[in-house]
Amino acid sequence: MLKFIIKRLLWIIPVLIGVTVIVFTILYFSPGDPAYLALGDNATPEAVEAYHIEMGIDGSYATRLGRTLTGLLTGDLGLSYRSRTPVMDELLVRFKVTLDISAWSIVLGIILGILFGIVSALKQNTIWDTLATGCALFGISMPMFWQGLMLILLCSVYLNILPASGYGSTWKQMVMPVIALGVNSSATIMRTTRSSMLEVLRQDYIRTAKAKGQSYYLVIMRHALKNAMIPIVTVIGLQFGTLLAGSIVCESIFSIGGVGKYLVDSMNSRDYAAVQGCVLMIAFVSAVLNLIVDIIYTYIDPRMKTMYNSVKSKKPKKGGAAA
Amino acid sequence: MAEKILDVKDLEIRYVTDEETVKAVNGISFTLEKGESIGLVGETGAGKTTTALGILRLVPDPPGEIVGGSIEFKGRQLLDLTEKEMRQIRGGQISMIFQDPMTSLNPVMTVGEQIAEVVLLHNKISKAEARKKAMEMLEQVGIPGERCDEYPHQFSGGMKQRVVIAIALACSPELLIADEPTTALDVTIQAQVLELMRKLKQEYNTSLILITHDLGVVAKICDKVAVVYAGEVIESGTLKDIYTDKRHPYTIGLFDSLPDIENDSESLKVIQGMVPDPSNLPDGCKFHPRCPHATEACKTGVMPSIQVSETHMVRCNRFSAEV
Repeated sequence: MLKFIIKRLLWIIPVLIGVTVIVFTILYFSPGDPAYLALGDNATPEAVEAYHIEMGIDGSYATRLGRTLTGLLTGDLGLSYRSRTPVMDELLVRFKVTLDISAWSIVLGIILGILFGIVSALKQNTIWDTLATGCALFGISMPMFWQGLMLILLCSVYLNILPASGYGSTWKQMVMPVIALGVNSSATIMRTTRSSMLEVLRQDYIRTAKAKGQSYYLVIMRHALKNAMIPIVTVIGLQFGTLLAGSIVCESIFSIGGVGKYLVDSMNSRDYAAVQGCVLMIAFVSAVLNLIVDIIYTYIDPRMKTMYNSVKSKKPKKGGAAA
Repeated sequence: MAEKILDVKDLEIRYVTDEETVKAVNGISFTLEKGESIGLVGETGAGKTTTALGILRLVPDPPGEIVGGSIEFKGRQLLDLTEKEMRQIRGGQISMIFQDPMTSLNPVMTVGEQIAEVVLLHNKISKAEARKKAMEMLEQVGIPGERCDEYPHQFSGGMKQRVVIAIALACSPELLIADEPTTALDVTIQAQVLELMRKLKQEYNTSLILITHDLGVVAKICDKVAVVYAGEVIESGTLKDIYTDKRHPYTIGLFDSLPDIENDSESLKVIQGMVPDPSNLPDGCKFHPRCPHATEACKTGVMPSIQVSETHMVRCNRFSAEV
């Protein structure tokens, strides 16, 4: 198992290198010289040259790419063109904010999604099922930015109970961004939970559990849910990735100083070093999340664990593969 | 005369959907005494499994529905019990071995947990004691006790069936329903499993309902036989009654369809025609469209049940003259 984790961790390195090359190349060919944005349109060629050297953006495509990649190995993402401070430091501060909001959102999404998913699966084809799937359809169809704007309109403008923007001074500022992000992912989680539960409830081992005299509630919680969790965990992992991307829009709407807003601001001011840093950060987090999901699988489904451990299995398992 | 343990009378079970009503069980009656075993024999789709699920009140509802009849177990009317009272009987006093061992076990729980679960439900003992009992049960069915922490996928098909049997026998039930316990197994394993069931039956003095289409298996284990066709018992009696003095044309056809090694004919004998569609059963004798002896009288009305001897019943017009 440990071997598997280390192997997967090492795989993140080529992924990051690939992302870096792609992002770097796109930004390299993007028009506009950040020096003029920083120094003004009337900057002398000497000043521009000096700025290029200071920022490390002089030289050919190959030398700059080489510089970027070696920097990546030491955890150096270069200097921000705007503030002339290391991008890494700026990112770390903002990443905590994004992680905070994303984590709460996914918690909300999981609770709502799984709860409604189970209810609608158990009450299939009743009014409760229709209501829950209807809400989920609404949640999926509604774009996050529109939902965010409507929330601001309702809670801040009309009801005046929640602050419209900002982060960190009071928990109330968290409520709307978390709802906007969480409701979206809960809809997807709910639909997966519903179909996965319906599938599992038809299985023979559920009937076996009932034939043991187990109560309905425990049959659901102990036998059905754990089996149904496998696809649900996959979707939760994917949703967390989507949340990070969604935070770009969300943070812009609610003026939250997270990675998403930093990315948008950096793009607007052609701060390519920062843009590259943000993309890398998001890629890294997604890769780690995927790994975590894969590790969680092995705890839910023992068959996967056997698969990963198969090299050093203790005893020959007759017929195990056929099952 | 031994104590009567189960008395099924005129049991009727239907599956009702929007499109059609499937009459799966149409007035099945049989009785069973303590320590006795009965074989329910019939083609696929004759309603044998539905009858068994009906006794445990596990017919999936919707669409299944017990519309009439009575099931008396040790003098208690099972159809009148509450769900909670029924749960105490399931797994404790009546337990069931399911058809397909591959899908009857929960893939994400260890076999030990799955056996201990039923032990804990019906006995007031600690978890450690339940685990010990689970290991004992595994030993009883011929699996080393230390394998109780393994998962179903680590066992072969025959061993899984043993685990299913261990679950069914863990609480020493008074009535065991075995639904085609050997169908999914190959012949050598079949013999082992049958031998095991016979041994355990003698040890615990358990009554047994054996559902099968394999007449050889019935001859090996059962005291009584009920031949089921289209949801009705068309002939019943002791093993000797049915095997040496079979009366009903369907029973005769069933026995004739067994390949005979001495009378080496070119083709296998089959019963002409198909099992009737249970959503559209013929009037009169359900077997008349396929019966070589059918007369006009067979096409309408209810077939009389005729006692050929004290133990032997047949439901056919041909024998009404004899009584």
